[in-house]
Amino acid sequence: MYNARMTSLHIRINISERLLLVLSGIILIVSSTSCSLDWETNVESGNRDGVLHYGNGDEPQEIDPHLTTGIPEFSIQLALFEGVVSKHPSDLSIQPGVAESWEISEDQLTYTFHFRDNALWSNGDPVTAHDFVYSWERALRPELGSLYSYMFTYIRNADKFFKGEIDDFNEVGIKALDARILQVQLKSATPFFLQLLDHHSYYPVHPATIEKFGGMIKRGSQWSRPGNFVGNGSFVLKEWKLNRILTVEKSPTYWDRDTVKLNEIRFYPISNRSTEERMFRAGQLHLTNRVPNEKIAWYRKNDPESLNITAYLGTYFYRFNSKVVPLGDARVRKALSMSINRPQIVEHVTKGGQLPAYTFTPPNTDGFTSEAHVKYDIEGARKLLAEAGFPDGKGFPKLEIIYNTDESHRMVAIAIQQMWKKALNIDVSLANQDWQVYLENESQGNYQISRAAWIGDYLDANNFLDMWLSNGGNNRTGWSNQEYDANIAAAAKTPDKQERFRLFQKNEQILIDESPVMPIYTYTRVFLISPSLKGWDENILDQHPYKHAYLQSDEQ
Amino acid sequence: MIKFIALRLLQAIPVLLIVITITFALIHAAPGGPFSAERAVPPEVLEALNAQYNLDDPIHVQFFIYLKNVAQGDFGPSFKYTGRSVIEIIAAGMPVTFELGLYAILIALILGISAGILASLKPNSLQDYIPMSLAMTGICLPTFVLGPLMVLVFAIWLEWLPVSGWGYIPGDKILPSLTLGFAYAAYIARLSRGGMLEILSQDFIRTARAKGLSTAAIVFRHALRGGMQPVVSFMGPALAGLLSGSFVVETIFQIPGMGRYFVQAAFNRDYTLILGTTIFFATLIIIFNLLADIVTIWLNPRLRDSSNSNN
Repeated sequence: MYNARMTSLHIRINISERLLLVLSGIILIVSSTSCSLDWETNVESGNRDGVLHYGNGDEPQEIDPHLTTGIPEFSIQLALFEGVVSKHPSDLSIQPGVAESWEISEDQLTYTFHFRDNALWSNGDPVTAHDFVYSWERALRPELGSLYSYMFTYIRNADKFFKGEIDDFNEVGIKALDARILQVQLKSATPFFLQLLDHHSYYPVHPATIEKFGGMIKRGSQWSRPGNFVGNGSFVLKEWKLNRILTVEKSPTYWDRDTVKLNEIRFYPISNRSTEERMFRAGQLHLTNRVPNEKIAWYRKNDPESLNITAYLGTYFYRFNSKVVPLGDARVRKALSMSINRPQIVEHVTKGGQLPAYTFTPPNTDGFTSEAHVKYDIEGARKLLAEAGFPDGKGFPKLEIIYNTDESHRMVAIAIQQMWKKALNIDVSLANQDWQVYLENESQGNYQISRAAWIGDYLDANNFLDMWLSNGGNNRTGWSNQEYDANIAAAAKTPDKQERFRLFQKNEQILIDESPVMPIYTYTRVFLISPSLKGWDENILDQHPYKHAYLQSDEQ
Repeated sequence: MIKFIALRLLQAIPVLLIVITITFALIHAAPGGPFSAERAVPPEVLEALNAQYNLDDPIHVQFFIYLKNVAQGDFGPSFKYTGRSVIEIIAAGMPVTFELGLYAILIALILGISAGILASLKPNSLQDYIPMSLAMTGICLPTFVLGPLMVLVFAIWLEWLPVSGWGYIPGDKILPSLTLGFAYAAYIARLSRGGMLEILSQDFIRTARAKGLSTAAIVFRHALRGGMQPVVSFMGPALAGLLSGSFVVETIFQIPGMGRYFVQAAFNRDYTLILGTTIFFATLIIIFNLLADIVTIWLNPRLRDSSNSNN
């Protein structure tokens, strides 16, 4: 017994020693790396070398400007390409791009662009009008499968070419009069046409490179890989490691290279908000894509300098399916929309500085602000519901709100569920669905109430209002109104801004009266930004031409 | 033994076929498709895309085309990441996931086995309770809690280690490996304690004690081999789970491994990538289970004899 206890003690020491060895090994590794306790953070080295470290949300699907639809992709394309025109970094007014000047005919149907002679591709070739004709034909070829072909719908015969009704691209209103003059003819006056030209679907691609890697309509060609890539933007692709990093460096051939101050931008595909926030806190990023909701209050209080909240051209709303009972009744839809307390939702649920939305088009969209708006009026809502045959919510069928799986959508839905119960005494249930299931159900009209969002592609109220055309692909509510359709058609033919706005005002009023959708809030972009990043002006599209950005730490 | 291995490898073929068939059927039955988007997709485009990826063929034709291609080693292009083949994506993520898995399993084995032996030597004493309650905490604490917690302490407060990355800054591999390793160390600790306790109570150990061998000799020369059997049989599924389940750790630490494709591809309805990763992980699981069985047989003389006599 005595002996056994002794050996047990012996082995305990023995094993403890081994454990100690392992532990000290671990400590050794840790301490060897902590020699670099004072290592330079990305932000510090970036400030010194002019390298911007950019948290960019997701891994880009592709950087070919005619194949992508996402914002992470666009953030990169904005560095790699330049359109015929570009935008001012803060007021978003139209600025020269590849074209140094342009004329618009009196009837506003013909645009003639004069290209600058020093616009070059990154391989040294001049950027010509012919390159744009080639690129826009490519974007319009259905075989390529560009999801943004509808951006070209304003150009004469573009739709017909896309639908295969005409085969000859010469019949489309896009012509190169010579290497440096591009002429575009429109179907009808389109006051926001110049706005579109800065969208990635209108960016040019280098024809010889496209042809070298499989031709105009080849999807998934290798032309956009480092080494193959040719672009005309202020930066050029340097490296792209899947799911790791995409780096662009200052282009030596860009015409306005003297304005460009950054030497490199490194885009990190970080899909997890919390990870991104921790990386920012540790000085690994200058800029994040988002901020976790629960962290916003902390930054507001402790580090307001790093927190950026700006209004964003997007509306968070619910669709009502007009094909189902009782949502076919405009009174019911209006009652539902009138009885939610929007300020409470943005203050207590979303908490990201969002603005309560009482109209569908965000306020001050290129000068347009709707005069009509939803009133928060519980009594009025109860009256409307009673008129529709549901006094005090009696006999109201149980409806369901669908939303794609996401914590913040769930919270908003719960808040609305409770508001309706309290105000109208009606019950709704909630159903979260996988993104694809949700999309399928919504597009098939297989829902009653569904969460939705719309982010503007260009700065014009038309981009929001033409969604609710009777045959609009994005309508999906089953609602239609002839007067509404006629107003949109009339606005599209009206060059006069005030007259267009008058037509839009009418439509906003129809949207309030009939309430096919219930606007909830206007989006904000909430992100973290290092104080050393300058020239990053706030704007409603959250679009930042990189040539104006620079890094300057306060110590310098 | 060779016959045993050959037989098991042959069995793997129908298993993989079944896995492919079920996965194929499930992903095509799921609502939505790789090209559905929030913005309405023009019918002309949808038609062109479906034609390009053979999605307009009848489903059984698609299935046989796919099988034929797979048999030739072609897993097709990814639907979401245009221009990247499934093989390219797997090849980019696999070494990272393997490396992470290797470090994690080493940490798990070293910590787990040490704690398990320690506990089994003096059952129901503090020497047992402390490591075992630590192990229980490890089992209960999910990686998505432990990971951010470790980052907070070691990266943000103490500033000893980087918050994220994989091979970008020296030391950035430590926290993810520890996070993933701890969860498995806990299981291994409990398994090795159980295995050791059982062996230590057997007659041959008593004989060894009676011969006057030291406890160290008994543990390392006699008991460990038998006591580790539960750990070894756990290693097959553990390795597979470690590799396919590294998604959470990869996300927390921003690691460009395979785990995220396994999950993201399903959300994106990236049919070829779902199938590719599923086949890849199924093959791994089959191989690891086979290896674990071989080691188990090798460790246990009774099984070894029976497998020989059967053959």
